[in-house]
Amino acid sequence: MAVIDLANPTRFLALVNRVLPWLVAATALVFAIGLYRAAYAPDDYQQGATVKIMFLHVPAAWLGMMGWVIMSAAALGTLVWRHPLADVAGKAAAPIGAAFTLICLITGALWGRPTWGTYWVWDARLTSVLILFLLYLGVMALYWTAEEPGRGARAAAILTLVGAVNIPIIKFSVDWWNTLHQPASIVRLGGATVDVSILVPLLIMAGAFTLLFITLHLAAMRNEILRRRVRTMRLLQAQTLSEART
Amino acid sequence: MDEGGGQKLRSFPRKRESRAVSSPASKELGPRFRGDERVIEASIMTAFTALLLRDIRLSLRIGGGALMGALFFLIVVTLMPFAIGPDLNLLARIGPAILWLGALLASLLALDRLFAMDQDDGSLDLLMMGRMPLELAVLAKALAHWITTGLPLVIVAPVLGLMLNVELRAMGWVTLTLLAGTPALTFIGLVGAALSVALRRGGLLLPVLTLPLTVPVLIFGVAAANAAIVGPAPFGPPFTILCALSLASLVLGPIAAAAALRHGLE
Amino acid sequence: MNLGPHADFIVAAYAVAAFVVAALIAWVVLDHAAQRRIIGDLEERGVTRRARRKE
Repeated sequence: MAVIDLANPTRFLALVNRVLPWLVAATALVFAIGLYRAAYAPDDYQQGATVKIMFLHVPAAWLGMMGWVIMSAAALGTLVWRHPLADVAGKAAAPIGAAFTLICLITGALWGRPTWGTYWVWDARLTSVLILFLLYLGVMALYWTAEEPGRGARAAAILTLVGAVNIPIIKFSVDWWNTLHQPASIVRLGGATVDVSILVPLLIMAGAFTLLFITLHLAAMRNEILRRRVRTMRLLQAQTLSEART
Repeated sequence: MDEGGGQKLRSFPRKRESRAVSSPASKELGPRFRGDERVIEASIMTAFTALLLRDIRLSLRIGGGALMGALFFLIVVTLMPFAIGPDLNLLARIGPAILWLGALLASLLALDRLFAMDQDDGSLDLLMMGRMPLELAVLAKALAHWITTGLPLVIVAPVLGLMLNVELRAMGWVTLTLLAGTPALTFIGLVGAALSVALRRGGLLLPVLTLPLTVPVLIFGVAAANAAIVGPAPFGPPFTILCALSLASLVLGPIAAAAALRHGLE
Repeated sequence: MNLGPHADFIVAAYAVAAFVVAALIAWVVLDHAAQRRIIGDLEERGVTRRARRKE
């Protein structure tokens, strides 16, 4: 099957139906391995067992950012090639990326309480992730407001690209702001090299999260295609009804 | 309102005249005539200034929101001591931050009128069909918007600074940062305004889309103001970055806004 | 596996993550069922998509 065939929504649906069970199985398997390795990973000499939260927090942060990358690619597809499947991909990715960003924020807060002594610090990374979350909510609000899917997709695509240009600038300015207001008592992470015994479970969990993202994204795209079908069918039904009446 | 409508009608034929002079020439004579492109360029510039002046006049007339932003700014700053308490030392310390936040909110306030009124009376469609590149038209509208809502904020800021016990000398620096930073707020908000007009029901959407993107402007604006007042960090780096943000958004904002209008209104 | 003095926070983090992921999965699955059902209803009433008629 050539790549161009995937551009057809019907063929895409057929492919998703075929691939999805395998993806679900693979995700479950990798998650099982990752969680097992994470459970038996040695404690950090400084933070003790709380380092286990990292196995959720860091992959969620990666996937939260990858969600925006996927949406930006889809936005290019929408604006340059006007491809309906790109609209669908962008729209389906937004809530999933937002959910991963939310996981990153909450686990970060729960990790911060034992290590920093407070749920929330205005640390550069947490703050940038918070703004990323707000941007996700903005894109979702845009989709939610649009009455017609095509128009909403184009507007959201432009906002996504504006965000893609802005996110590095926001990250840079938050870092700059944070070094200006650096609180004294923060134990910094990531400065030291991560031990292999922690790195391996982390990478497996990252793989599991990536598989989960792909699976959910494909399933959500399938739902979105079906939702658009329902819409066309309803419009057609309304049309035939009004024709029958006249 | 009537006066405003009349103004629109009066200013449009003028722009069309200048367009009418150039457009047949460029179509029929084609690129063989060297002077041709210069004629188009000149007529685009006239159209640009005509649009700029029209928007400025409209927002100064009745029903235009030019001074509402400044009034809102005044009210927000007045409310702050009621929430924080009238401690003058504290107010002096966070004065620049209050002024920046107030300016940010006030510049958002009038943004949804930027395209909505032109869409209602159809002049937005004229602009989109016109010969002038839409990016330029959008830029003219944004400049007019900044002149009528951003600039008054910068002008009243020193007065409000006095009320917040910010030193007179320091107030000059804060005003300078506002002068350099408010264009960025307008040009970032421009994208949000275009998107919400393209979706036809975006009044509440606008701040949700725009505010997260203004974080860098706020950070560097307040940082530069604080650096000028209390130090110890130098004033130069944050201020130059603030100027860079304004210039970058001056270029990118109109491009994104024009794209949003084109994609949304076709 | 000894989770040390901060076991509550670790368990809470994993529980929250599990909850959010479960919510996502539920959203995807329920949405799929709902769309399928609506399409089935519409097809039963004789509504088709134009694209299918042309094939």
